[in-house]
Amino acid sequence: MKIWKLSTILNDEVIEKLNIGDIVYFSGILFTMRDMAHLRAVELLRRGEELPFDLRNKIIYHCGPLLKGLKVVSAGPTTSMRMEELEEELIKFTGLKGIIGKGGMGEKTLNALKKYHCVYMEFPGGAGALAAKRIKSIKEVYWKDLGDPEAVWVLEVEDFGPCFITMDSKGNRLR
Amino acid sequence: MSNINADIIVEAIRKLECDLPEDVEKKLLEIREKEEGLSRIVIDSIIENIRYAREEKVPICQDTGIIEFFVKGSKGFKEIKKIIEEAIKRAVKEVPIRANTVNPFTRENQGENLGRFHPIIHFEYEDNDFMRIDILAKGAGSENVSCIYMLDPVKGIKGIKEAVIDTIRKANGKPCPPIIVGIGVGGNMELAVHLSKYALLRPINQRSPYEFVRKLEEELEEEINSLGIGPMGFGGKTTVINVAIEWAHCHTASLPLCINIQCWALRRISIIYDGKEVKITR
Repeated sequence: MKIWKLSTILNDEVIEKLNIGDIVYFSGILFTMRDMAHLRAVELLRRGEELPFDLRNKIIYHCGPLLKGLKVVSAGPTTSMRMEELEEELIKFTGLKGIIGKGGMGEKTLNALKKYHCVYMEFPGGAGALAAKRIKSIKEVYWKDLGDPEAVWVLEVEDFGPCFITMDSKGNRLR
Repeated sequence: MSNINADIIVEAIRKLECDLPEDVEKKLLEIREKEEGLSRIVIDSIIENIRYAREEKVPICQDTGIIEFFVKGSKGFKEIKKIIEEAIKRAVKEVPIRANTVNPFTRENQGENLGRFHPIIHFEYEDNDFMRIDILAKGAGSENVSCIYMLDPVKGIKGIKEAVIDTIRKANGKPCPPIIVGIGVGGNMELAVHLSKYALLRPINQRSPYEFVRKLEEELEEEINSLGIGPMGFGGKTTVINVAIEWAHCHTASLPLCINIQCWALRRISIIYDGKEVKITR
């Protein structure tokens, strides 16, 4: 088990070093994306259209934050398995490098992580207040018409963790 | 009337969402000592989160759930419905709670946590001048893996146990273990679900007064923990914090069984009017 402090801009070299059981603390930006944002993104990408935000080498967070005005007050992960059907395509089309969620994902995503050099991580489920403590600001918001929980929030984070690597880029999984 | 107003309900919702019941927190502290490795780090984060949420008065989890109300009394039902609606609307801004309710077909979110048949309120007549409102906030992560079975009566207690174990094994890390399991046995389909929610309202470690049910609760607790799913599914000794069973008589041809899975953040609170004053209690 290794403990890492990393930037949220990742590359294949860093991804290769991360193994299941490692813990990462991230500083930089995260894009919240859950059910409806996955659906809209994949539908756009299938039609050959571009997303209004660039996910290349970035990290998405399965999360629907709770806000008070423009402050994030609680923002833990949501159950990742609901995104299983669409995650492979999102990884393939966008070149994203990391996913943070909870509960683990399926075989389809595990294969995609290997093929496109990406990692899946978990923040402790239910620890929403603790997660919000590490969120410094909201940089941007996209697709607000989906409703606050489902919109894409670009969050500035500092030492965001513990993020447990539970599926790595070599086909290994914790459970 | 019962002297229960929207201010009190908003205050109860704040406490419900930002502070965990003492019995649950105490149990989590005990669990911490039993776990090691990643699972211990997970429990440490959970405990740190509970304390931070309480100090800062912010919701423990961003999924503030669907807030369900169980109202018992003999009068004031019409008024209390309006008061609860107002309190929910206010709580969205004041606590805050996340606007979770959407149209199931269009997924449109009106932003107030209201909508058709919301808030969910159950009224139960009790022949006295008191009023009791039990409030439960349950997130989707654990509600989504909860299950209702209509078992064949010949399956018996063995069948009940198998269904419970199977449901929890399939749920694995998804409902944020360590979990609390509320089980409803008997009744009809909807009563079994209702009973399972009542089971979640029961204090941790308060066993059923029925000897055969108590035994089943204890056996299930042991069997679930032997699955080794552990905190967040990372493996470990504790998968379940508590198993509680409520039951009702049922049709001779039925064996309804509802397995209501609740994440570690069991958010419940009660408002009691005893004829003189109103109290928020747990």
